[in-house]
Amino acid sequence: MTSALIVAALLAIVLNHQPDPPPAPPADRVVLLPDAKGGTGAVVVRAGGGERVLAEAYAAAEVSPDGRITERRETAESVRARYGALLDAQPPRPVAWTVYFETATQRLTAESRTVFGRIKEEIARRPAPEISVVGHTDRVGRVEDNDALSKRRADAVKSQLVEAGLDPARIDTAGRGEREPLVSTADEVAEPRNRRAEISVR
Amino acid sequence: MKTLGSAGMALVAVLVAGEAAAADAAGTVKTVRGAVTVERGGQKAAAVPGMPVEAADRLVTGPDGSIGITLRDQTLLTAGPNSTLALERYSFNPTTHGGELDAHLKRGSLAVISGKLAKASPESVRFRTDSVTLGVRGTEFILEASSGQ
Repeated sequence: MTSALIVAALLAIVLNHQPDPPPAPPADRVVLLPDAKGGTGAVVVRAGGGERVLAEAYAAAEVSPDGRITERRETAESVRARYGALLDAQPPRPVAWTVYFETATQRLTAESRTVFGRIKEEIARRPAPEISVVGHTDRVGRVEDNDALSKRRADAVKSQLVEAGLDPARIDTAGRGEREPLVSTADEVAEPRNRRAEISVR
Repeated sequence: MKTLGSAGMALVAVLVAGEAAAADAAGTVKTVRGAVTVERGGQKAAAVPGMPVEAADRLVTGPDGSIGITLRDQTLLTAGPNSTLALERYSFNPTTHGGELDAHLKRGSLAVISGKLAKASPESVRFRTDSVTLGVRGTEFILEASSGQ
């Protein structure tokens, strides 16, 4: 019993003389990255009542559990070193093609139909690929009618993709109506370039 | 139809909820490495590419695990090793681009490439840990949670 106590006491002394572990205060981290086109957006970091905006590539912030925000700066190399495996696990980025309709039809122009081959190639090299077809209209007519028209255009493109051999179960469709014109116009202006569909593969 | 009884209201609610659930998953698992579990309503399943991801799902990665998912609005979410990511809320309307995204990283690391939701409705997109909340203005970033467990 006594020897056990002595051992315990000695152990306590030894442990007390161990140097403290290196200070590694737990901190949450945020790193803003440049986007694929070379631009950079922004993130607003909020913690403990404070707020910082990160708006430059590799701007970073550390946040302590009590909510203190400390700004830092990372580099492409430091991000790669710490987060390389994470970044390598990202899904492939979506890609999109814009296709146009023959005048007053839901039939794609011959030129537009040439993208089908490229879509098939893209699908073949992606994990669990999915396709979205989003139809658009120009600003002639009522918003509600254009919503319906743009959905019909998207559905028509889906049919043509299926005819070309693509799996309908992988394709969803939606209409954006006149909300997202490629070319800005006043209301009620006919604009062929806005009568289009976007086919994106993700 | 002026007085729809409470039973009728409940039925309508069930039908609407059922339709919403069946119509659209939040997204799809695209990449999986190592051990990754999807937790949904108390059930656990091993993640595999092609699996749908739904709002309220929780993704848990092991020490060698990572998972990449693409949401319907083209937001890309990737969780690194030893991570727990809860997709608390998600909805996306492909016609209006309205909706909501609320993701809570409880531990580990998360890489984000924001999508159409952040572009159209940045105020309704939120990423957080136990101590930080991020607002997003169309961008790519990494979030790491060291404090949470």
